[in-house]
Amino acid sequence: MSNAPVNNGRRRFLTAATSVVGGVGVVGVAVPFIGSWNPSARAKAKGAPVEVNVGKIEPGQLVRAEWRGKPVYVVRRTDETLASLSVHDDQLKDPNSEVPQQPVYATNEFRSIKPEFLVALGVCTHLGCAPTHHKGDFEQHVAGVKNGFFCPCHGSKFDMAGRVFQSVPAPTNLMVPEHSFPTEDTLLIGVSEGEA
Amino acid sequence: MLNNLMAWIEQRLPLMDAMNKHAAQYPAPKNFNFWYVFGILASVVLVNQLLTGVWLTMNYEPSGEGAFASVEYIMRDVDYGWLLRYMHSTGASAFFIVVYMHMFRGMMYGSYQKPRELLWLFGMLIFLVLMAEAFMGYLLPWGNMSYWGAQVIISIFGAIPVIGDDLTLWIRGDYVISGATLNRFFALHVIALPLVLVVLVFLHILALHEVGSNNPDGTNIKKPKGSVPLEEQSKFTFHEQYTKKYDIVDAIPFHPYYTVKDLVAVVIFLIGFCWVMFFAPEGGGYFMEAPNFEPANGLKTPEHIAPVWYFGPFYTILRIIPDKLLGAVGMFGAIVALFLLPWFDRGTVKSLRFRCTAHTVNLVQFAICFIVLGALGTLPATPLNNMIGIVASFGYFGFFVALWVYSKNEKTKPVPERVTGK
Repeated sequence: MSNAPVNNGRRRFLTAATSVVGGVGVVGVAVPFIGSWNPSARAKAKGAPVEVNVGKIEPGQLVRAEWRGKPVYVVRRTDETLASLSVHDDQLKDPNSEVPQQPVYATNEFRSIKPEFLVALGVCTHLGCAPTHHKGDFEQHVAGVKNGFFCPCHGSKFDMAGRVFQSVPAPTNLMVPEHSFPTEDTLLIGVSEGEA
Repeated sequence: MLNNLMAWIEQRLPLMDAMNKHAAQYPAPKNFNFWYVFGILASVVLVNQLLTGVWLTMNYEPSGEGAFASVEYIMRDVDYGWLLRYMHSTGASAFFIVVYMHMFRGMMYGSYQKPRELLWLFGMLIFLVLMAEAFMGYLLPWGNMSYWGAQVIISIFGAIPVIGDDLTLWIRGDYVISGATLNRFFALHVIALPLVLVVLVFLHILALHEVGSNNPDGTNIKKPKGSVPLEEQSKFTFHEQYTKKYDIVDAIPFHPYYTVKDLVAVVIFLIGFCWVMFFAPEGGGYFMEAPNFEPANGLKTPEHIAPVWYFGPFYTILRIIPDKLLGAVGMFGAIVALFLLPWFDRGTVKSLRFRCTAHTVNLVQFAICFIVLGALGTLPATPLNNMIGIVASFGYFGFFVALWVYSKNEKTKPVPERVTGK
C-alpha cells in the first residue's frame, strides 16, 4: 500500500465530495426528527376562540377564562382603580405600552377596549407562572398602590392594567390577547373586532 | 474444562485482561480518604435508577390523562410499587448529594488540573445530563409542581432573543405544557438521556484510568521509568499498560483494596438511603413537594414555586437578576464557570494542602455560598432573601475570578515527592 501511487488531489476531492453529500443526507434525515417536535395538527386545532359573559362580573372582581390552555384574566375595574392607574406611571417599565404586548386597539391608557374591562393573559412575562390578583392588599408589594398582580414565582409585580413595575424579573407588560365584544355583555377572546 | 473455556474466550475477547487493567491491577494511590468513595456511590445510585426506572415504566402511563393516576396506581395497587417508586425518587436526590460531594472532592484536591481536564469535562457533561434527566423525570408524575416547574424551566429558553418564543413552542410541542410535552420528556428520560449518561460514565472512567487517579496530596504516583529503585516501588503487580512507561510508587491495586473499602461506604450509604426511603421518602417536602400531590392544573400556579432542592443554587441565581435574559445567562453561566474550572485555575499545585491560605478560604466561602444559594432556591422571593442571594451569587462567581487572579503567582508550600500518608 505504501508504495501504491497516490493522487492526493483526487483523494482529497473524493473525501470532500463524500463528506458534503453525506452531510446533506444527515441534514435531510434530521428534518423529520426535528419537525416532529412541532405542535401537531390536533394541538393547533385547539386554538379556537373562547366566549365569556362579562355582564355578571362584579366591580373589582376577577374572572379566569381558559384560552389555548392558558388562563385569561378578565377584571371589571372600578372607577377608583381606573383613576389611580396614572398615579404610579414613574414606577413602571413601560407605562405607555410601547412594547407591542397588546393589539393596536388596546394600546391606550387602560390597555383595553372598554376602560372598565381588563383582558390579559394570566401568564407572567418572566417565566410563565400565573400572577396572583391582590385586591386591596397590594400595598405590601408596592407602597401606595392598592390593587395589582404579584407573581409568586419570582416576585414580578403588575398594576391593574397589567403593566409591569420596575426592578422585577418580568421584562414586559402582561400580554393582552386579541379580543372583541360582539354584544354589550359578551367578550370573545382570540378574535379582533370585525374578524370572523 | 473451565480454564479451557476461559482461555478460549480470552483469545477472542480479552475480558480478564480488561478486568485486570481496570480493577485487579489498576494502581490507585494508597492514601485515598473519605472523599474518594463518592464515585462508586454515584455508580451504585446509577444502577439503582436504571433498574427501578425500567420497572416503573412497566406500570406508568405517559399521557396527560393517565400519568397522574398511573403513579397513584403504582403507589397503591402494584405490589411493591411504592417501594420501587421511592427507591427511584430517593435515588434522584441521593444522586445529586453524592455528585456534589464528588465534584467538591475534585475541587479540593485539584483533580481537574492538567492532565485531568478532559476527565473533568466528561464529569461536567455527566452533571449536565443528570440535571436534564432529573428535570424531565420530575414532569412525569404530572403533579401541579411538575407542571409549573417545567413551565418555568422551559420558559427560560424564551429569553433567547429572536428565536426564543418559537424554540419554547418547539420544545413543548403545544402552546402550553401538555400531554405532547409529557410524552417527549418520557421518551428522553427513559431512553435517550440514560444512553447518553451510560456512555459518558464509560468515557469518564476510561479517561480516569488513562491519566490515573489523583490523591489528597495531589502528588504524582507515576514516576518516569527507571527513576525509582526497585525496593521503593509498590510491591504489587500492576498491569503492564501502566508499568511499561512508569515506575509506580505509593499505589495499591483497586481490587481488592478499594473495592473492600468502598463496600463499607456503600453499606453505610445504603443504611442512610433506606432510612430516608422508608421513614421520610418525601424528604420533608424537599424530595417530593406538597403541590405535586395534586394533578397538573394549567390555570393554577402553586402559591410558592420552588424547584427540587438540587436545582436551588442555579435557580436562585436565575431569579435574583431582575432581567429575564441576564437571569438565564447568569444561571447557565454558573454551570459554564464550573466547566471552565481547569482554565480558571492557573496554578500547578493541586491539593489545597499545599496551596496558599487564600485558596482554602476561597473554597470554603464558595461551598458556603453554594449551600446558601441552594437554601434560598427553596424559599420565597422576599426582598431580604434576594439581598442574601445577590451576596451569595457574588461569592459563587467571585470564587472563579479570585482563583484566576491569585493562582498565577501563588505562594505555595513545597509538594512532597511521595504521599504523606495523612
